[in-house]
Amino acid sequence: MTQLALVIDLNVCVGCHACVTSCKQWNTSGWAGPLVDKNPYDAEPTGTFFNRVQTFEVGTFPLTETVHFPKSCLHCEDPPCVPVCPTGASYKRPDNGVVLVDYDKCIGCKYCSWACPYGAREIDEQQRVMKKCTLCIDRIIDLALPERERKPACVLACPTSARLFGDVHDPNSEVSVAIRERGGYQLMPEWGTRPSNHYLPRRRTALHINEDELVRADNPLRREDLTTYTGEEALDDVAW
Amino acid sequence: MHPALSVIFLTTLIGAGQGLFLALYTGQVYALANLLPAQGAGFYVGGSLIALALLVGGLIASFFHLGRPERAWRAATRWRTSWLSREVLVLPLVMALVAAYGLAHYLGWTAPLFSLAGTLPITPTLIIGLFGTLAVFALFLCTAMIYAAVPFLEEWHSPLTVANFTLFGIASGFLLAAGYSAWLGNQLVAFFGTWGVIATLLALVTRLGALARNRSLARGKGRKSTVQSAIGVRHSAVVQKAQGATGGSFNTREFFHGRSPGTLKVLRNLFLLLVFVLPVALVALGYVLESATLPLAAFAVQYLGLLIERWYFFAEATHPQNLYYSGVS
Repeated sequence: MTQLALVIDLNVCVGCHACVTSCKQWNTSGWAGPLVDKNPYDAEPTGTFFNRVQTFEVGTFPLTETVHFPKSCLHCEDPPCVPVCPTGASYKRPDNGVVLVDYDKCIGCKYCSWACPYGAREIDEQQRVMKKCTLCIDRIIDLALPERERKPACVLACPTSARLFGDVHDPNSEVSVAIRERGGYQLMPEWGTRPSNHYLPRRRTALHINEDELVRADNPLRREDLTTYTGEEALDDVAW
Repeated sequence: MHPALSVIFLTTLIGAGQGLFLALYTGQVYALANLLPAQGAGFYVGGSLIALALLVGGLIASFFHLGRPERAWRAATRWRTSWLSREVLVLPLVMALVAAYGLAHYLGWTAPLFSLAGTLPITPTLIIGLFGTLAVFALFLCTAMIYAAVPFLEEWHSPLTVANFTLFGIASGFLLAAGYSAWLGNQLVAFFGTWGVIATLLALVTRLGALARNRSLARGKGRKSTVQSAIGVRHSAVVQKAQGATGGSFNTREFFHGRSPGTLKVLRNLFLLLVFVLPVALVALGYVLESATLPLAAFAVQYLGLLIERWYFFAEATHPQNLYYSGVS
């Protein structure tokens, strides 16, 4: 069984919102009609997005870290939004596990959005139906596209490759290896929804420089060094 | 959650309609056992019409909740998994049975079909009423389970939700029946009024239970999700700096009521007064004065209170998705 999903590396995401704009661009131009935008160039702009990047500050100043956190539908293995749908418009594709909404069946009752703990669903106030991330289903199964382009728009757009896409049920896929080897985790595991999308945690990136490395104790030319050191040197001033 | 007027009217109107039907049928069964004076067909026909009008009113209100009301028929298809779908099926069934009950009385189908144990005459109205009663309770269950079955809304995810919806429906329906009887001037006022007060007091117990439960939830006890589990960062200090939208989104509109805690407190005290205290006092006063209008006023006051109660019910529920939008709350 295939379960397509995203793996998002929070250690690499710089919060540039390229995934948000490329997602909006692709999904507002497709067969399903536009994603609503109200007052796009005015005060209080609002609209439907499948993907949003949020920013959190962790810690207390000055010891803080900024975490950019892209959030879209997690394509749960046990999606609570599907059984509550009274019309069957909300469904999970049996062949690749993508959770979708049939916009022609949706009555816009919003019940599925109540049944999603992640807030991944947003109603389109123009079409008056519920919408959500489709993992760019019209791209990833389009055999007319070259294989390297059969990926969600957000994945192709990410400049830092923070977004990986693949089958999390295949133990040897890029995403499964990333989850396994880089501490991939799920959001709100306490609800038992078993999200397919995973996140890779932040990692400590500290650079430790020994004094040895600055003065190059093993450098034979050190004796001939005529520089007067002030103690303020950076690595670039002394390394050659 | 953002309280939607359509759902507030849907749940309160059909609740009162269901309760009124239960009151009429209870009155008929008591009359059968000679515990109450028997009423003419007009009483049941008029009462059924009022109940039907309330149910239809609720149904009309529900359409305003839908983005695509013209596709509402599709909502009947997923009754195996969705309580909303089950409600969509049971509501018309209740309406049909209430209409049939009134029609049977109108057509005078009161001749016994057969007798049970030689003494209890079983009439067509009695049989239709029995099925109507079962359907009414099924509808209470379906309506309440729409809310109680969603585990993420912990304020709703409790048997108390089912108890409250059922008892509030019965209370308002019996008070309406008392008002209706007082208006007509028959002797059933005290019967309906007493049971209306009993249901109101039972609802007070379950509603206060729900309020106490929600208060402990609001203090963070038993809340499953935290901002730490929401984004998967294990640190005690996590503050949201941006929520990914300038002018708000569906997420900031649908899941927040946008009122101050002070307003909520005022509305809670107001509904406790209007739903429980005033109607009981008005029924008692109406009984002492033998008033023709006070029981009706008791229903009207309680219904107004129930509108506020239902608003508060929605507003008090906190969705875990709000953890991703902590800048709003």
